[in-house]
Amino acid sequence: MTKFTEDHEWIDGDGDVVTVGITDYAQNALGDVVFVELPEVGGTFSKGDEVAVVESVKAASEVYAPLDGEIVEINDALEGEPGLVNSSPTEGGWFFKIKLNNTSDLDGLMDKAAYDAHVAGLD
Amino acid sequence: MSVDELLTTPLYDLHVAAGGKMVPFAGYSMPVQYPLGIMKEHLHTREKAGLFDVSHMGQCYIRSTDGSDPAKTLEEIMPGALAVLKPGKMRLTVLLNDDGGIEDDLMIARTFESEGTLFVVVNGACKEKDFSIIEERFAGRLVLEPLADRALLALQGPRAEAVLAELAPEVKDMVFMETTMITLEGTVCWVSRCGYTGEDGFEISVPEADAPAFAQRLLRHADLEWIGLGARDSLRLEAGLCLSGHDFDGSITPVEAGLAFTLGKKRREAGDFIASERILSQLQDGPDKSLVGIVPVGRAPAREGAEIADLDGNIIGTVTSGGFGPTFGGPVARGYVPKAFTEEGTEIQLMIRGKAHPAKVVATPFVPQRYKRKQA
Repeated sequence: MTKFTEDHEWIDGDGDVVTVGITDYAQNALGDVVFVELPEVGGTFSKGDEVAVVESVKAASEVYAPLDGEIVEINDALEGEPGLVNSSPTEGGWFFKIKLNNTSDLDGLMDKAAYDAHVAGLD
Repeated sequence: MSVDELLTTPLYDLHVAAGGKMVPFAGYSMPVQYPLGIMKEHLHTREKAGLFDVSHMGQCYIRSTDGSDPAKTLEEIMPGALAVLKPGKMRLTVLLNDDGGIEDDLMIARTFESEGTLFVVVNGACKEKDFSIIEERFAGRLVLEPLADRALLALQGPRAEAVLAELAPEVKDMVFMETTMITLEGTVCWVSRCGYTGEDGFEISVPEADAPAFAQRLLRHADLEWIGLGARDSLRLEAGLCLSGHDFDGSITPVEAGLAFTLGKKRREAGDFIASERILSQLQDGPDKSLVGIVPVGRAPAREGAEIADLDGNIIGTVTSGGFGPTFGGPVARGYVPKAFTEEGTEIQLMIRGKAHPAKVVATPFVPQRYKRKQA
């Protein structure tokens, strides 16, 4: 089941390794993405730490770790084709896979209905 | 400043209707981008033509009180060859302070009035400052008449001439840095062949009441799109054009900012402008630091404020403008470095989020300028 954060990240997966990216709302707000700075595999992060940076033509925006864990894989395709974040935010444009310290942390995140309501409240 | 206090241009309703994302800029609510997005707006301008609302900029007439040439008077604080400007000709110049620093850069055009009246356009963020510097320094000698009731549209790109020629075929005869009065759609406009994108194009000063209908008439052309401030910035950066208050400020001389071309040849010989001693000695010996073009080796853009380091990691300067160049196809930046690092090809480093990224000093513009100059 896919979960969401208030910072417009999606977290997908059921086991202890989950995939993280940014939502369609986020990519649309950022505009054309020209560079993504991803974390190093093996890096450990706590919820709220700056884990990646997305550079659009306009500006740089931080991406925060949605939960505590260790980075186990990053999306190398973004280096050559950062525009995947715009064209395919929830599939080809994923950022990294993180091994969660506590899978129960997922319960504290929003489901799709709650996220959609969150986004609807922003505009 | 709260959003409520922001000024709007006469074209505000058109921007909102076109889906413009409005942001505060120089005290105005201005479109940073439209639904096309900055990248496509930028590329469209280079391939076809873009329409920019730049009505936030300061427009004025400057006249003399005693029949003397107002351009000659302004030359005290502007080192360009202004007095020699013939009617219908314009020039980019700089407004200097007592130290030879650049308070602003501005366009000065000679009108067709017998008194030699000047039509002047200054940067939006500087207009109050520029106008008061001129009014205070030349009180009793010059009269400055702000043209607050005029919109300013920039029409830029290789198809700009074709778009405007539909309304006024005579614009085909104009060349870069020429200005004239033309009746467009029944309203008298100042049309200048200049711009801030590196492309051929025009800036058109239109009475505010007629501006929306005029803009809509232009936009009927299939090749023309509204372009926002975001693409305006990436276009001017690629073209190697300075952003006032960022690529220079009152502490930077025209020589340091790479604007020595605005110093008239005879003006240099005469040395008859403010702080000429400092500026002329910099011209002769080279300034201690200069604004250079920088291309990062990797893909990470370096933004304004990023530190520039030498290969040993010593901080040697700061990026003043930087971002992604859509036409260039990668990140580009400009910043000040000491004399020893100004040569093309010099290897430096850019500090981005605490990490050093390799970069090289290069010549600007990053993308060639394509002005319509007079045929030799």
